[in-house]
Amino acid sequence: MVSVSSAGTAAVAPAPPAVSRTRRAGRALLLLALPAVIVLGVFFVVPAIRLAWLSVSTPELGIGNYTGLATDGVVVTVVLRTLGMAAVVTVLCVLCAYPYAYLMTIVGPRWRAVLTALVLLPFWTSLMARTFAWVVLLQDTGVVNALLAAVGLGPTRLLGTTAGVSIAMAQVMLPFMVLPVYAAMRGIDRRLVDAAMGLGARPINAFLRVYLPLSLRGVAAGATLVMVLSLGFYVTPSLVGSPQQSMLAQLISVQVNQLLNFGAAGALAVTLLVVTLVLVAGVQRLTRTGGAPAALVGGTAS
Amino acid sequence: MRSVGLRRALVALGILIGAWLLVPTLIVIPISFSGEDSFAFPPSSWSLRHYETFFTEPSWLNALLVSIQLAVIVTVVATLLGTAAAFALSRTAFRGRGVLNGLFLAPLIVPGIVVAVAVYAAFLQWGLIGTPVGFIIAHTVLAIPFVTVNVGSALGGFDRTLERAAASLGASAPATFRAVTLPLIMPGVLSGAVFAFVTSFDEVVVSIFVQSPQLQTLPVRMFTSVTNEVDPTIAAAATVVVTLTTALLTLAATLRRTRA
Repeated sequence: MVSVSSAGTAAVAPAPPAVSRTRRAGRALLLLALPAVIVLGVFFVVPAIRLAWLSVSTPELGIGNYTGLATDGVVVTVVLRTLGMAAVVTVLCVLCAYPYAYLMTIVGPRWRAVLTALVLLPFWTSLMARTFAWVVLLQDTGVVNALLAAVGLGPTRLLGTTAGVSIAMAQVMLPFMVLPVYAAMRGIDRRLVDAAMGLGARPINAFLRVYLPLSLRGVAAGATLVMVLSLGFYVTPSLVGSPQQSMLAQLISVQVNQLLNFGAAGALAVTLLVVTLVLVAGVQRLTRTGGAPAALVGGTAS
Repeated sequence: MRSVGLRRALVALGILIGAWLLVPTLIVIPISFSGEDSFAFPPSSWSLRHYETFFTEPSWLNALLVSIQLAVIVTVVATLLGTAAAFALSRTAFRGRGVLNGLFLAPLIVPGIVVAVAVYAAFLQWGLIGTPVGFIIAHTVLAIPFVTVNVGSALGGFDRTLERAAASLGASAPATFRAVTLPLIMPGVLSGAVFAFVTSFDEVVVSIFVQSPQLQTLPVRMFTSVTNEVDPTIAAAATVVVTLTTALLTLAATLRRTRA
């Protein structure tokens, strides 16, 4: 260790100032992030903390709002319904996305581009437009009921029912499942499956014991994403569903807009946020990706 | 033989799922050209009258104009703030960097309804509900992550020796940024800007809480239309939104490809 003051020779002097210059430049550079950090801090972090504070301070200090929610029959019903709905949507999405993503890996480049476009188009287009389309498609005289009648299953009431909401939500969520599953499948080395079959495994066994486990990472990532987004989904359940079948996000909205009960709304929001963060952290650990799950970036669903 | 059958079944399933993905996205287009006063599909007569209503009735037209103006302002603000932040974050190593990265991704992960209620409670106290500033701030918070992600990935695939070359030839740091760095990361900045525009233009949940009857965005107007009225004008509105966002995002995808 040669300190700057003791090494007064010209030969060693230039090095330390160069280092401190880059460090100072680095610190100055960091100031560039300041405006964005201030905006996010003041208008995102502070409101979130305020809401959490409201949940334990209104109307009185304590965890009354949380115990109140846990003992309120309506709230418990809505939470269970939301969890059930999210689970159904997630299963529907896995069942549809897995074969679809697999198909994407075995077709030629041109068809792959078509299949990718079919996933990305709804991923990118207006959620309001699609939800409105589902209201039209699911109405009693709508196309879905006509199709059901044609195969002898209809007419059935769909609009305002949990069945209708699941169908619409699964379509909105499907891209969030297909993209991670496809990403995982694309990374699988086909020769491993060939090797298994070369060693005498039947195709079904080669698939179940080699391919499926390798693709599960993508399924886990997609399923968590869909689960998280479904739990907090507001727009589609509000418009396709009915107030009698409301979900968690609508319950939060009613607490705020109609009852002005910020304490209870805050408690529900904090609970939803904690569940979300736990799920996201879990999947990040599982898939070992840095930053946000890739499929979260660029989608519109909330 | 068996695998041919399997492949056919897979293709059939793929077509069904593809249709399921596509139909609800595109069905608003034929409905918007119907001549009926209901959402009948397929329509029995065709006309442009829903577009006429959309572009003449103040509640729809104002909502469209508000949305476009907001989205333009949000795009400029979010792109400036987000690009500066992404540049700073990618060029400095320091403790607490993970926390900052988390901060920049948080608005993507936190459920929309949680952001909406938190912002609503705060804005109510700060007098920002139903104000243009309130909308701009709320949308900017949601749009910044899309800019930092896009610019960050552009900066990640960037050859730093070009900057060192410029610096060794005597260029100052700002000059190097303007002449070397910025042109090279421009596709990332532009696609971040497009995402910022679409985020603002398409946002529903937070906007529902920030709106006032006097100041609504187009998605909020559409939301109230589906909730309260049977007005096929919404089909024209949806078609305009789908066309605009698809055009913009195709542009962003093209920009990204040219970058690669």
